[in-house]
Amino acid sequence: METEPELLERLRDGDEEAFVMLVDRYQQPMLRLACTMVPSRAVAEEAVQDTWMGVVRGVHRFEGRSSFKTWLFRILVNRARSLGTSEQRYVPVDPGPAVDPGRFDAAGAWAEPVEPWADASDARLDAAAWAPAIKAALDGLPPRQRQVVLLRDVEGLSGSEVSAVLGISLGNQRLLLHRARNRLREAVTAAGGRA
Amino acid sequence: MRVLPRHDLHCQQAVELVTDYLDGALSRRQRRRFEAHVKDCPNCSAYLEQIQAVIAMTGTVHPEDLSPQARDDLTTLYRRWRGDDPG
Ligand SMILES: [Zn+2]
Repeated sequence: METEPELLERLRDGDEEAFVMLVDRYQQPMLRLACTMVPSRAVAEEAVQDTWMGVVRGVHRFEGRSSFKTWLFRILVNRARSLGTSEQRYVPVDPGPAVDPGRFDAAGAWAEPVEPWADASDARLDAAAWAPAIKAALDGLPPRQRQVVLLRDVEGLSGSEVSAVLGISLGNQRLLLHRARNRLREAVTAAGGRA
Repeated sequence: MRVLPRHDLHCQQAVELVTDYLDGALSRRQRRRFEAHVKDCPNCSAYLEQIQAVIAMTGTVHPEDLSPQARDDLTTLYRRWRGDDPG
């Protein structure tokens, strides 16, 4: 597989095949992220299409100071927000706990033991079995948590890349991420905690 | 032997630090307290393991493949954008 700098070099030269390869790689992740920011699938598609146009026309200005992925998602976030966002950008992130306080006793210890999952240590091997539960739980997350977890844990961006893409502080990025992971954990636990 | 128990984290505090811990965002002191708690606490140890499992599982979730129709539509647009490009 070609490296991203090679693909971008070809895209700068107007190579259609390079464009198609980038589209294959990023179209669906972009749509997913855009869907968390706009009111409908149609608007999300418009935001993604605008982003590709921005990439094709702006690729000669991309200097590689950030990763291509970060640059791409950042353009997308800007387009999605300008297309009328359903997201309330300026509502501060709730600094409250991720784990329901009802799970703890008065001394702050777990009220009920945390049952280890049967195969938590083999999660990588059995991850495929959990994909449907995780996917459903992802779709049920509040938009800002979903944005962060999609970029961090699905797309593999770093914390600082995510904070740059979404325009939020590193600390808020981590708060949202932890809340999202905790909810995904609860979803897997509810689904039985074993494959 | 437990030293300075009043300075120990309790579970409710420890679980909120998990993502910071995994990101290497805790101070050395916080990290030591966190690790000391998890070492002695089977519940928080299980919680940490489950969060790590969730991260691994989430990393394997990939969106569906792009439909050939969507790819064709974008390719058509690409030709138009290039054609429009004054540069
Ligand atoms: Zn504990």
